[in-house]
Parts: sequence; C-alpha cells; structure tokens
Amino acid sequence: MSQLSCKNLNIGYGSKTIIDNLSFEVESGEYLCIIGHNGTGKSTLMRTILRLQPLNSGSITLDDGVKLNEVGYLPQQTPAQADFPASVWEIVLSGCLNRCGVRPFYNANEKKRANHYIDMLEITPLSKRCYRELSGGQQQRVLLARALCATHKMLLLDEPTASLDPDATQELYRLIKDINQKEGITVIMISHDLTVATQYCDKVLKLGDSPFYGTRTEYIQSMQIEHNDNQGGEVNG
Amino acid sequence: MVEIMHKLSLYFQFPFVQYAMIVGVLIALCASLLGVILVLKRFSFIGDGLSHVAFGAMAIATVVGLTTDMLITMPITVLCAVLLLRKGKRSKISGDATVAMVSVASMAIGYLLVNIFSTSGNLSGDVCSTLFGSTSILTLTNTEVWVCIVLSALMIAVFIIFYNKIFAVTFDENFARATGTPASLYNLIIAVVVAVVVVLAMNLVGSLLISALIIFPTLSAMRLFKSFKSVVICSAIVSVLCAVIGMLVSIVAGTPVGSTIVVANIAVFGVFWLIDIIRGSR
Repeated sequence: MSQLSCKNLNIGYGSKTIIDNLSFEVESGEYLCIIGHNGTGKSTLMRTILRLQPLNSGSITLDDGVKLNEVGYLPQQTPAQADFPASVWEIVLSGCLNRCGVRPFYNANEKKRANHYIDMLEITPLSKRCYRELSGGQQQRVLLARALCATHKMLLLDEPTASLDPDATQELYRLIKDINQKEGITVIMISHDLTVATQYCDKVLKLGDSPFYGTRTEYIQSMQIEHNDNQGGEVNG
Repeated sequence: MVEIMHKLSLYFQFPFVQYAMIVGVLIALCASLLGVILVLKRFSFIGDGLSHVAFGAMAIATVVGLTTDMLITMPITVLCAVLLLRKGKRSKISGDATVAMVSVASMAIGYLLVNIFSTSGNLSGDVCSTLFGSTSILTLTNTEVWVCIVLSALMIAVFIIFYNKIFAVTFDENFARATGTPASLYNLIIAVVVAVVVVLAMNLVGSLLISALIIFPTLSAMRLFKSFKSVVICSAIVSVLCAVIGMLVSIVAGTPVGSTIVVANIAVFGVFWLIDIIRGSR
C-alpha cells in the first residue's frame, strides 16, 4: 500500500516554480532514489514533503499510519554544526524528541531505542565522543541513527554521502540498504551518485530536463537507450 | 589578608551588599545559560544589540519620569528581541545589519532624549552609570531585588524544562522542525528570555558590557568541554565564580563592578584557552 503519494505537485519559492506537475507514489518498504542536476529542486522537494516549506499546489498525503512527525530526516549539514559541542549520545537521543510530547525528559524506553540504533550503526565506541571531532562518515552515521530514532516507517535522506570518501560512501550505502531490508523502513534518498540509482534502490525519480520515474531496471534500460541513441547520432553525424 | 577579610565582613553587614551579591549571582547564572544558546545559534551579537535597545528604552523611561523603568524597558526590549530573532526571511536587509542598525539607532535616540529632556544636573554621570553599570547594582530597591529573583528563577526553570528541546532546536533546526518540534515557538521563547536577561543584566554590568557576560563563559567552557551538557554546566559555574570574584574585588579595591567581572571572565577565558593549546600540542 502506498505510504506517500504526491499528486500534481507545484513546488518553488514564492512565485518562482521549480518543479511543476510532479506525481509519484512510494510504497511501504520501498527504496526510492531521487536524482537530477543541481538546481532541479531535489532538496526543495524533500523539504516540501516534510512541510519545511509551503506547497504551491497539488497534494502530499501520508498513509499507512505514518504521521508527519514520524518521518526520519537526514538533512544536509549546516556550518553551525561544525563546531557544536555535543556528544554522539546527546545527538542520537535528540531524535527521540518527537516521542516526548510535553514531557521534558527522555524515559528509559527512548534511551534504549537510542542505544539500539547506536549499536546497529556500529558507533557504540564513539557514543561519548564529541561530534565535531568525528570523521565525515562517522558524523553521517550519527545523524542516521538520530533519524532512525525519530521513525519506524520512513527515512528521508538528503545527499548523505556528499562529503564522504569512496569507502565511507560504500559503507553508508550498505547500512542504508540494511535498514531498508531488515527493518522494513521506507527510504527516500537524494543522490548525485548513479551507483545508488543503478544498484541499490527499487525505484528512480529523476528531476530536470529529461524527467524519469520508474523502477531501477526501467531506468537502466532507459539509460542504455539514451546511450545508444547518442552513439548512433555520432556515427550518422 | 586578615584586613581584607575584615573589610569584607564589614561590608557584608549592609543589606545592599547582600542584595547585590544575590542578584549578581543570579544574573550571571542566567546570562551564561543563555549564552550557550546564543553562541551556538550564531547569535552572539543579539545580546549586544538588545542591550543598546534597553539603553534607549531606559532613556525614554527617564524622560517620562517613571520610577521603575523596567515597566518600559522590558516590553520594548522583548518586542525588539522577537523581531530580531525572527530572522525575517523576506527582509531586504541581512540579519547582522539589522542588529547593527537597531542597536546604534536606539543608542543615538536614547542619548538624544536624555540630553534634551534631562532634569538631572549630572548628565554624563547618569549616562555613564547606565552604560557601564558602575553603581546601580548597589542601589537596588527591595522590589527590584525580588523582581530579579523571580525572573531569574523563572528563566532557569524554563531552561531546565525545555533543555532537550532547546538542544534539538539549537543543534539542527531543520531536523527538529521536520520531526514535529515547534521550532518557531522555542525561538520565540528564547527571544523573550534573551530580552529579560539583558534588562536584568543592565543593573549588574551596564548596557555596554552585557554581551561579555553572555558570551565569555560559554566560549571559555567550549575550549575544554565537548558535550552540550558539560558546556552548559561549566559555563554556569565559570560565570557565577567570575561574578562573585569580580564583585568581591570591586568591593575591596573600589573598582567598577561591571568591568571587574568582565575582566575576571577574560582571565578565565585566557587560562582555558592556554590549557586547550597545551592539551592539543601533546
């Protein structure tokens, strides 16, 4: 059953439209990869789904018992975080905040939950360390653990591997795939990296001049057709 | 040494010295808690800007002839804090420019008003004491002391109750918003608290030195501590200690209270910074 359905979205800042008439659906447990060049509105789309920014027109519905505040989010890093004094434990635990409601402090269950995800993302030895002293890959794991604390259904990741070296990137992809398969959590990920689109995900959504929405196999086929067309064009020309 | 102790115990028999001590410690505590939020949110200059606003508002209060000037300074400063921290997304002037503009404008208007309408014979003395808080901490009335105690207690309670939420909103506002934390509400609470603390702190160090009280303890604590909780606790301790030492020294040596406290803070920052460097080079 579809967990997120977007119909005829018109997205942009004020009167400036970035994305027009976009429709897609994400099934429960699916892995969707959003690709496209810079400025095609990938992050803006994600921010709109999360209601961080208003929708011009169209509709975004969350079904299957997912509430808006139960969506885990891994945003792009902000410069202020670079020198923020916070321990890994404090950051991961802050993902449980949406469970607290008006209660001012975390309870034992929430602490257990934070510990569980710290274990799962293999950052247990780091839990007392300071966030700003970690490597890029470790930092992303911390933020991923925090996002998991906030959800049990759906994760939205905004270019999680943007500043990572190839090894750390592959590690993170493996972890995300694990989360998707073992925990059954729906993953929507923005990426610049075609390996995600061609190896890991179930469906691909491409924004920009030549938009595409379909399964991974369909996307690979469409890329091959495009590639052949280009080569054919060169021979003829 | 015995002489100094004797002098101090003599001074502490006066109620106004006791009041000054209580109020000074509470204000230092509040300012340091607030400082952690402001420094980490990259709003260090808001405290400075608001203190100038408070100076302007105080001038208005003097002109109108109110005896308790907090009735005017508090609402005006709170209003400005809310407007400044709302970070107008559509505004055509950038955030830091707005702060600078508001702060110098209220300074100028404040001084102009005092100059035109002043009834006091010692104009420059009045202005100087508002700017550097030279004596106001020692001339607090009973009511002012109670207002200070109640407001500080409220502020500390708000900080403890919302501690986890404040952490989340300060570390990553987007994530907090996305997972359903009403970040704008907490930003509003922070703005109001900043204004309250600034107005209270004017009594202690005067309007020009308030931001020192707000930012120094946090910056010192950040040299040595790596987690949010330890930074909060350390900056609170540093701030209270510096306030107490500053006030004691100023009583014994007859130096101005505000600047002495700030110098104590600078000294602590220097020491912590050195420790950090020595640790790092090992």
